[in-house]
Amino acid sequence: MTHSPLATYQPEQRALALIGGEATDANLRRYLHGIPGIDAVGLEARAADLGTRSIKTSSKRWAIDTIIGLIDLTTLEGADTPGKVRSLVAKALVPDPSDPGTPRVAAVCVYGDMVGTAVTALGSAHAAGGTEGINVAAVATAFPSGRASLAIKLADVRDSVAAGADEIDMVIDRGAFLAGRFGQVYEEIVAVKDACRRADGSMAHLKVILETGELNTYDNVRRASWLAILAGGDFIKTSTGKVAPAATLPVTLSMLEVVRDWHRLTGVRIGVKPAGGIRTSKDAIKYLVTVAETVGEEWLTPHLFRFGASSLLNDVLLQRQKMTTGHYSGPDYVTID
Amino acid sequence: MKFLDYAPAPESQALLNLKSDYGLFINGDFTAGRGTPFKTINPATEQQIAMIATANEADVDAAVAAARHAYDGVWSRLSGSDRGKYLFRIARLVQERARELAVAETLDNGKPIKESRDVDIPLVAAWCFYYAGWADKLDHAGVGPNPASLGVAAQVIPWNFPLMMLAWKIAPALAAGNTVVLKPAETTSLTALLFAEILQQADLPAGVVNIITGDGSTGQTLVNHPGVNKVAFTGSTSVGRAIARSVAGTDKKLSLELGGKGANIVFDDAPIDQAVEGIVRGIFFNQGHVCCAGSRLLVQESIHDDVIERLKRRMQTLRLGDPLDKNTDIGAINSAEQLARIRELSDLGQQEGAERWSTDCVIPENGFWFAPTIFTNVSTSHRIARDEIFGPVLSVLTFRTPAEAIAKANNTPYGLSAGIWSDKGSRILAVADKLRAGVIWANTFNQFDPSSPFGGYKESGYGREGGRHGLAAYLKPAVRTGSRSIPAAEHAPVTKKSASASKKSTSAEKAAK
Repeated sequence: MTHSPLATYQPEQRALALIGGEATDANLRRYLHGIPGIDAVGLEARAADLGTRSIKTSSKRWAIDTIIGLIDLTTLEGADTPGKVRSLVAKALVPDPSDPGTPRVAAVCVYGDMVGTAVTALGSAHAAGGTEGINVAAVATAFPSGRASLAIKLADVRDSVAAGADEIDMVIDRGAFLAGRFGQVYEEIVAVKDACRRADGSMAHLKVILETGELNTYDNVRRASWLAILAGGDFIKTSTGKVAPAATLPVTLSMLEVVRDWHRLTGVRIGVKPAGGIRTSKDAIKYLVTVAETVGEEWLTPHLFRFGASSLLNDVLLQRQKMTTGHYSGPDYVTID
Repeated sequence: MKFLDYAPAPESQALLNLKSDYGLFINGDFTAGRGTPFKTINPATEQQIAMIATANEADVDAAVAAARHAYDGVWSRLSGSDRGKYLFRIARLVQERARELAVAETLDNGKPIKESRDVDIPLVAAWCFYYAGWADKLDHAGVGPNPASLGVAAQVIPWNFPLMMLAWKIAPALAAGNTVVLKPAETTSLTALLFAEILQQADLPAGVVNIITGDGSTGQTLVNHPGVNKVAFTGSTSVGRAIARSVAGTDKKLSLELGGKGANIVFDDAPIDQAVEGIVRGIFFNQGHVCCAGSRLLVQESIHDDVIERLKRRMQTLRLGDPLDKNTDIGAINSAEQLARIRELSDLGQQEGAERWSTDCVIPENGFWFAPTIFTNVSTSHRIARDEIFGPVLSVLTFRTPAEAIAKANNTPYGLSAGIWSDKGSRILAVADKLRAGVIWANTFNQFDPSSPFGGYKESGYGREGGRHGLAAYLKPAVRTGSRSIPAAEHAPVTKKSASASKKSTSAEKAAK
């Protein structure tokens, strides 16, 4: 692996060096359009091919437990209440009351105003960015549409960080991206990243949601991925879950390829989070295979890969119970939230 | 544990019901061969699967006579729609028995089960369905109205896609109204014999398809037999040349699908990750035992290092091993003989100064295996850039301009396939126009479809298989009797004739329901 001096740069220095100038629309356009294109048919064929891997017995057991540990257990409803969030946290801590050996999920993902509730509910199990326990992720920047002024978006972020969020899931301005105002998208991400700084100087992790369902083409997804990483995103995330299609295997594959290329180029590891639409263990296993065969299985850790999901956990728990007991139970043997 | 060491996921052999001995399929029945039987082995384990009969001259005579009898007595008199019904029925039976056929193919050939399951067998069914549809539409096959069949077709097929090659040969021949004597390759007769069982299940009239097994001499006897009207061969250029020589001077119609040294051209504006996938699919699909393999990679100099680095990384994820495991990407080499040839040419490549790189994979103890290999720093004069290796070995050459790419791609005695990778549509069309290859893929490779004609230029053979063009190899223009045809009036008697023909054949029609 080539480790260029780029690895030691700050994100903004790095971007400057790569783009070859200030992050203007024109410079970014030149850079992003210089990235090799994607052939949609070929990409989808490759994803389908990865989806045919047959993961059985011991591999399946490992995969099931790994999936649980990679889940951002999510509730993003207008109808969310503190009670609902506490219940979600309880589920995150003890996913399967019938088997205390079940791993915990990576994080809970909530709206900004619920961060305080989640942090309190987690108590000592709050990982606060560490490796033990559960993190709190907050969606911010006028999620899911992103249609607000920059000032409002930044206030949204600061608010969540101050309330104890360890991870911020921001949305990019898709309108600006599609209109070719790459500089604006870039600057917003940089500003949001800066707003992730806590009083003590540490940073909340930044996940950049591309909303691939609105970007429409794989070429756009690839360019947006590069843009988000150049601007300093720690994670690139497919979707808000509010737009269809949300995460798909080909889209995730194309983002993993960017992350792999970025690592080759700079030595820096960026995370990927497919979110929305992944509901079954079978689907989730296809994602694990795709990660392992595209970027390598060292990416199968919560710092580098997450599933944004709510109903996935229960299906995985049913599969886990089946592997333990040898027979299928049913939806009444897992808790509803 | 390492996740990527996927736990074994072997396909079950339980639904296979193989016999220990297989005879010849002549005139609708299995009969013992009069030659010395030979064993067919699993190339992944070298264990015997079954004993296969050898057809001697008398057996070939009997098979050709059965085909002639069936042609004169039944098949040439059947209406197109009735022939189509049989083909549709065969296609459905292939689908019903797909899993079984896939397992048998993998066992006998060594190819990964995911390929026999997802590519070979579905294409076998697709070919039968496709030509079933043509059987009553031959007026539109491009050889004029009311074309005539040729008679008895002698077909000799290779071991790389045993059942698929069988379907490529048998389906258009039957649709066009010919009867068939087919000889599968010596090392891969098994699925052809299972296919014979399917023909029995389908109640295909006796003698319409005869399958005789044996080595090259059986094939030679068959193509030289004076009773055949058509010879179709897929295999090596040297054997093809010998067949052309022996058929010359006879009135047998000949089609040959021979070797290749396909160029896979990657331009600097290519969708790079998909191009890498295409390179892998082009040369490592079916262990490289593909006549149209993209065995020469022509990559634009400016992106050479990047492409090779990506390719090597991708190749490390290829899983070589038990062909029956559902996660296996690279199966066994089909025979010791073929393995020796691949080794010989690869060693030669090294001696000639090319740089060899193989994936780091565990080679099983028994069976015939060859790790996926690429050669860089290859010159056009190297043997590995000219000879067909027919194995998982890629030769990488570079070019700087489209003109140079075209010149290098065409600089081969073969002309079967080529691939072009570029995001620029106009360039793809301009380059494709100048490549002398029968099949050109753009931003993909090794894709097959029954509606698309397939065949070669130069030493890659002549005649086309697949599509409307594939029918031309089994048809001749209508024999004109007396008066010149008047286009408008011509259709009326034709439809009348075929209507009365189908009335006559009610018993066969019943069978084909």
